[in-house]
Amino acid sequence: MNTHLFLSAMTTALLAAVTLPAAAQQKLLPAQSELSFVAKQMGVPVSGRFKKFDAQVSFDAARLATSKVTFTVDMGSATMGSAEADSELPKAPWFNAPKFPLATFTSSAFKPLGAGKYELAGKLSIKGQSRDVLVPLAMTQTGAITVATGVLPIKRLAFSIGDGDWADTAMVADEVQVKFKFSLSGVGKP
Amino acid sequence: MFLSSSDRTAGHTRYTTVSIALHWLLALVIVGMFVVGVYMTDLAFSPQRLKLYNWHKWAGVTFLALTVLRLLWRVTHRPPVLPAAVTHAMPRWQMRAYHATHHLLYVLFFAVPLLGWAYSSAAGFPIVWFGQIALPDLVGADKALAELIKPLHELSALALMGLVGLHVAAALKHHWVDRDGLLLRMVPGRR
Repeated sequence: MNTHLFLSAMTTALLAAVTLPAAAQQKLLPAQSELSFVAKQMGVPVSGRFKKFDAQVSFDAARLATSKVTFTVDMGSATMGSAEADSELPKAPWFNAPKFPLATFTSSAFKPLGAGKYELAGKLSIKGQSRDVLVPLAMTQTGAITVATGVLPIKRLAFSIGDGDWADTAMVADEVQVKFKFSLSGVGKP
Repeated sequence: MFLSSSDRTAGHTRYTTVSIALHWLLALVIVGMFVVGVYMTDLAFSPQRLKLYNWHKWAGVTFLALTVLRLLWRVTHRPPVLPAAVTHAMPRWQMRAYHATHHLLYVLFFAVPLLGWAYSSAAGFPIVWFGQIALPDLVGADKALAELIKPLHELSALALMGLVGLHVAAALKHHWVDRDGLLLRMVPGRR
């Protein structure tokens, strides 16, 4: 049993040693990436975006089982385009950014759907609350850059976003569309 | 029975029921929206303010729609002519003021809500009527344009209130000073 464990640990380490150098080159290109959200206030769509986010990517379409994505979002970097909303978003009822500065997504499994599409299972943590999510993902290759896009509908109240007075979903709908476009280098072959 | 309209006296010549209903309903809406409009802009960021802003927009669009109906009704159902006694008693400047006030009122009935709608569009908040029907944006989202339109919406609303005040003052003057019964043409439920 011990030898078996040792062997599998060795194999994992070896695999990591083999894949890591390649993975280390996989980087998110912030200037060409976007992370935005659309919420509905009394039926009116209002949108915002995050200015700072980053990802650790280790993706190989041929080795999905060992592919992994860890994503972090600086919750204090949210903007909705007006000074008033931007000063409200980091406050306790919304993102409570001073207490929960980062939101994270950690992938657990890539499920190929064909034609560059995947369903990415993972854990999304916002404001200290974790939820399992399935992220639909489409990947396209342009030159050396891989672009991953998708829309993830989340329930804001599952993450206590818009607490107290704002919890009324007649005012602000529970469902929020999170849209992303991530440009990655070093993922696909040009 | 065989009286021509010019023979009728003011007390007998009334606006149509539809005109009277629209007049008083929209008068209430104008005053109500003005009060809410002034109140809501001073509120801090809160669900209450969000609610009032949306109600104000929904009411504004409703007002605009009813004003279109009202104008169509007015064009197809001419208002009763002023009684000869009244026109003879009024100096020329008062006749001019009477026409100018009514024309300007109608201009502002359209201008105030349209400027409000344009302001909302420019500010990046499309209007969704009663939270159900998404209305088209009058202008594209543009912060600088929004800041330009905002004072126009406020000033036109103030001008509208000023004209409403003038209109009410004139109506009361005819009623209590001239005692010519002109006001009764617009009072609901009287014959």
